Amino acid sequence: MTTLEPTAGPAIVQQDNLAALESEAIHIFREVAGEFDRPVILFSGGKDSTLLLHLAIKAFWPAPVPFPLLHVDTGHNFDEVIEFRDRVVEKHNLRLVVAKVQDWIDDGRLEERADGMRNPLQTTPLLDTIADNKFDAVFGGGRRDEERARAKERIFSLRNSFGQWEPRRQRPELWNLYNGRHRPGEQVRVFPLSNWTEADVWNYIARENVELPSIYYAHQRAVYQRDGMWLTEGPWGGPRAGEEVQDLTVRYRTVGDGSCTGAIESTATTVGDVIAEVSASRLTERGATRADDRMSEAAMEDRKREGYF
Amino acid sequence: MSSLLRLATAGSVDDGKSTLVGRLLYDTKSVLADQLDAVTRASVDKGLSTPDLSLLVDGLRSEREQGITIDVAYRYFATPKRSFVLADTPGHVQYTRNTVTGASTAQLAVLLVDARKGVIEQTRRHAAVLALLGVPQLVLAVNKIDLVDYDEATFAVIAKEFATHAESLGYRTGSVTTIPVSALQGDNVATKSGRTPWYTGPTLLEHLENVPVAPDPHEAAFRFPVQYVIRPRTPEYPDYRGYAGQIAAGTVRPGDEIAVLPQGLRTRVERIDTADGPLDEAGAGTSVTLLLADDLDISRGDLIATADRQPRVTDELAATLCWLSAKPLKPGARVLVKHGARTVQAIVEELTARFDEQTLSSVDSPDSLALNDIGRVRIRLAEPLGVDDYTDSPRTGAFLVIDPKDGDTLAAGLVGDRFP
Repeated sequence: MTTLEPTAGPAIVQQDNLAALESEAIHIFREVAGEFDRPVILFSGGKDSTLLLHLAIKAFWPAPVPFPLLHVDTGHNFDEVIEFRDRVVEKHNLRLVVAKVQDWIDDGRLEERADGMRNPLQTTPLLDTIADNKFDAVFGGGRRDEERARAKERIFSLRNSFGQWEPRRQRPELWNLYNGRHRPGEQVRVFPLSNWTEADVWNYIARENVELPSIYYAHQRAVYQRDGMWLTEGPWGGPRAGEEVQDLTVRYRTVGDGSCTGAIESTATTVGDVIAEVSASRLTERGATRADDRMSEAAMEDRKREGYF
Repeated sequence: MSSLLRLATAGSVDDGKSTLVGRLLYDTKSVLADQLDAVTRASVDKGLSTPDLSLLVDGLRSEREQGITIDVAYRYFATPKRSFVLADTPGHVQYTRNTVTGASTAQLAVLLVDARKGVIEQTRRHAAVLALLGVPQLVLAVNKIDLVDYDEATFAVIAKEFATHAESLGYRTGSVTTIPVSALQGDNVATKSGRTPWYTGPTLLEHLENVPVAPDPHEAAFRFPVQYVIRPRTPEYPDYRGYAGQIAAGTVRPGDEIAVLPQGLRTRVERIDTADGPLDEAGAGTSVTLLLADDLDISRGDLIATADRQPRVTDELAATLCWLSAKPLKPGARVLVKHGARTVQAIVEELTARFDEQTLSSVDSPDSLALNDIGRVRIRLAEPLGVDDYTDSPRTGAFLVIDPKDGDTLAAGLVGDRFP
């Protein structure tokens, strides 16, 4: 008979929640820099990818971030976001690779959808660009709290040579020892924000004073309603006949393709206001009010959009 | 600022684990309206008058669960006191793989038993795996207490039997908590139950919020795997050379004498850098960059340790493996060992023993290790590593065994002689 001796346990000093999440994300960035040849950060200018970049800068300071950024551009952009993207790239002296969905449509590799939505069209330009640049590790801002599938995804998520996730080939992820081994043509998607929740993201943005595109905060905007969402006018085909444009005070919870990213009515002009709003929306989520529906649809949209990555 | 607790669940699906996890998410308001609506609708369809909270968890999984026999999902909830990352290890309890994966990062494990069945084979197996991995705190949730009429005597028998088992695994009294719950009714999960007046302890959630998380022992020796060398070569920082990593154990201060392994070089810490400025002291779990007094040849994979208590440098490991692959392990297997930030080639020379989690006894010199087996092995390394026993320093005593052909993770490895 052999007796087991429990140990002192995992050697984790109790840091506060955000400090622990930050240290974990920095560890992941450095691990990828050490193990892969050609990593890239997916960067849309949205809050999650802005946070990714902020953490990458901290991980390698005072050296520059050793990875380029990759933006899959649907062409249905918010001007404020593109302006923000370009400003951030210039400020930190980064290299930006842009894969424009329009280019794929123009030369016939993709066909415009009847509904005009370009979100589903992003996958091909993404995979082509990964292959052309021989990127072997692709950072994404995905979080496990976003959606059901994500709850099961690893921090290092192996993709086959078609870029597909094979749940059967998921590796157990033990301690903080990440296994980045892959065969030629395979890639690893890496999610440093896996263990962050939406509340963590906003609290960290507040604490670190991270700048975001202005559309995350309340502003006046001409919008029209479609499928329960407030959409803004733009090249994505709106408003259609019968869709009435109104001036509202709104903000965005997420940024992305303008054809399917809805604004919410909000007066939150500061990070603190947004945090309060997010907390309040949790409370009202228990009773299904109309405002609530709209809120959770925006959350759903957030997940769907980011699910592509 | 709230703290973070990482916990894992263990136990059979039949014991009501899904309902308990669903109840925790529900009672901490971690459920979105659309999710709850779906559960309520599905419950009404089943003819139930109240939402079946197990659907909250099972429903979330269903899409991905198809085709995945064994896996872990991570779930998040928070109270004003603490944030929680819960590694939810689903059914198929005959597999230790789930438990190993979830427990490797857990500071606490909630083990479920059915009050009608008490401590069963799976309870003992899981408790043994949790002890092996050094999970410092155990909670035995005696669930379905409503189905034994909230009987104190039934609870007492189970609590006593488990305490004895846990003690034989090396758990001291203060690190094991037993709570009577009904996940279905909500008794003692987040709300104190009026139907168990004989139970004076905390609810499960109270316990999770208040349990002291074993801090890195103050006397733990400093360990720092070098992940990456930071050399800006920019006009502002022409000569900067920093060694970046996450502190695996202990604390470090400027001026500390350190050794670099496996080379055996010695020098002093000059500065502890972060993007937010230098630190006077940094402890385990913190990602930092060390600047050293001498210009040494140090690269990714080296291990920096306190000079007066160094890990041993060896090219032969006596270790315990939790075998996680369907491909069995045979003596002579060529593998990769990933330890800290270093990956080396290795040969598993000998299978010394296979462990039986039920009897806590071992079988000598087995022919092979199969999926979910726990065994003792002797491994020869192509290059020396600086290692600690897992019991002394889990982060520098743990390693992965990787298949060099396809890169799959084959086993969780724990350095040391003190395991079976």
